[in-house]
Amino acid sequence: MALERLFRRKRPSGENRDVPELWTKCEACGAQLYKKEFRENLYVCPKCGHHHRVPASERVEMLADAGTFQEITGLRPLDPLGFVDTKPYAERLRAYQEETGRKDAILGGTCTIGGVPAVLLVMDYAFAGGSMGSVVGEEIARGAERAAAEGRALVIVAASGGARMQEAALSLMQMAKTVMSLDRLWEKRLPYVSILTDPTTGGVTASFAALADVIFAEPGALIGFAGPRVIRQTIRQELPEGFQRSEFLLKHGMVDRVTDRRKLKGELVRALRHLHPGVPYAVGV
Amino acid sequence: MPLEFEKPILELEKRIAELRETARTTGVDLEAEIRLLEDRLARLKEEVYGSLNAWQRVQLARAPGRPTTLDVLEKAFQDFLELHGDRAFADDPAIVGGLAYLEGQKVVVVGHQKGRDTKENLHRNFGMPHPEGYRKAMRLMDLADRFGYPFLSFIDTPGAYPGVSAEERGQAWVIAQSIQRMSRLKVPAIALILGEGGSGGALAIGVANRVLIMENAWYSVISPESCAAILWRDAKEAPKAAEALKLTARDLLAQKVVDAIVPEPEGGAHKDPDQAIRNIKEALLKTLEELKGLSPEELYRDRYRRFRTLGAYAES
Ligand SMILES: [Zn+2]
Repeated sequence: MALERLFRRKRPSGENRDVPELWTKCEACGAQLYKKEFRENLYVCPKCGHHHRVPASERVEMLADAGTFQEITGLRPLDPLGFVDTKPYAERLRAYQEETGRKDAILGGTCTIGGVPAVLLVMDYAFAGGSMGSVVGEEIARGAERAAAEGRALVIVAASGGARMQEAALSLMQMAKTVMSLDRLWEKRLPYVSILTDPTTGGVTASFAALADVIFAEPGALIGFAGPRVIRQTIRQELPEGFQRSEFLLKHGMVDRVTDRRKLKGELVRALRHLHPGVPYAVGV
Repeated sequence: MPLEFEKPILELEKRIAELRETARTTGVDLEAEIRLLEDRLARLKEEVYGSLNAWQRVQLARAPGRPTTLDVLEKAFQDFLELHGDRAFADDPAIVGGLAYLEGQKVVVVGHQKGRDTKENLHRNFGMPHPEGYRKAMRLMDLADRFGYPFLSFIDTPGAYPGVSAEERGQAWVIAQSIQRMSRLKVPAIALILGEGGSGGALAIGVANRVLIMENAWYSVISPESCAAILWRDAKEAPKAAEALKLTARDLLAQKVVDAIVPEPEGGAHKDPDQAIRNIKEALLKTLEELKGLSPEELYRDRYRRFRTLGAYAES
């Protein structure tokens, strides 16, 4: 979300008047980046390698073979509990929908990835922190079922703060629903690859995201069950350096590979070709 | 320590007891006064217990003296044989489990275990499991499947432990695995939410064919305090969050998140734990009977259908 805020920033007055449309700043090292180049570099800072968040639609462009993506998502969220905190949930939903142009926090479709038929589902962190409520859960279950029915691999790009609070127990139930839907792929020997991006926490990590045949993580992504703030409060200590980052998870055996975004598609294609029983031996595609 | 809303009731009960004692020791006839107070007590109880709000029920769900998993295993079951350890790292005292008989039926049991006093609570980590607890639970699910015995789980946790050690050992991963393992059981599975059903740490042993809940228990995606801290930016707004989360037994029944409510004695299970445990036993036997005719494959499909249909959304 921070990234989009950068892009939307109003033209500051004074000496920078012509700068903001063309340039942006690295969130990590502060380097001035030419926006076009930054995008071509997949939102990775060319100076320090920091991986910035990617809008869901551009994530699809990065992974799906050009021209093959057909959207299958589009369920609309409801407000089953009539949830009101400092603002009604229904109002929050409308605001997120306006802001992102999406019905809920997921964009998915059928496509091929390196020629391998797939269902690709991308969580959208810009929509309510990518949180999983009934819509996200249902879309993932349908995506898995569709992949199984059509002989496709399932690829999910996770980016989420966890289950959505405003749908309470129903959000919690999506953890069970999504996990159970993966069995359809198991039965058909179809691959499921999960890509964990910054951040992936809570009920999303603790359900479908952790159960893939192969798990990739992007460098430096925050990944875990409890959020760092909660843990800090519990143990009343500062957290160790690099705690809950991708490299930490690789070291502790929770993910298969930490892969630079610029190499991600290549590695994803290799994994899918290795796993998918319908794809013949082919090296170096 | 009585709960705040119980205090007027307890005070009145104390006064009635004192009057009785005075009547007995002095021989003075206080029957009329006692009866008056008893009427008032009955009305007060009806008023308080008949209209408990969500936050009051959350407090009842946490009340000291409420039956824990081990209390239920010792009193409703026969010959509970506790089994320990995850065969990988450690034994987690926040989750207990083992073998038992329920009215002569062989069953495998697992549950979160809170402490019954401060010392035990520290030992049990307040019922907040580490990964090894869930690994122990999965081991017991394997055992249930291997021998074809029903699997019964008791949920009572504020949540899985949010700490460095738990994260290092893959808390999210084992919760996901436990959800998956339980969903794949080929035997009847019943989960009962005894007290607190705190988020993924509760669901990890809650993927059953039938999910039961105690009348004053709660189950949600987050505790009211944490929800309030995030959405209201103030944990003290927990009563509001409890209301908004629709986390009471009756609310959950309406959402189909639970299948049946187990009644508690007046004033909550801690007022009469033995009665509460008798109600639990009756509910478990009845539910086991319902699942009896289903084949292993049907049990798996029944569970799939149960969770597959949960959620609220509109087609595009
Ligand atoms: Zn940089």
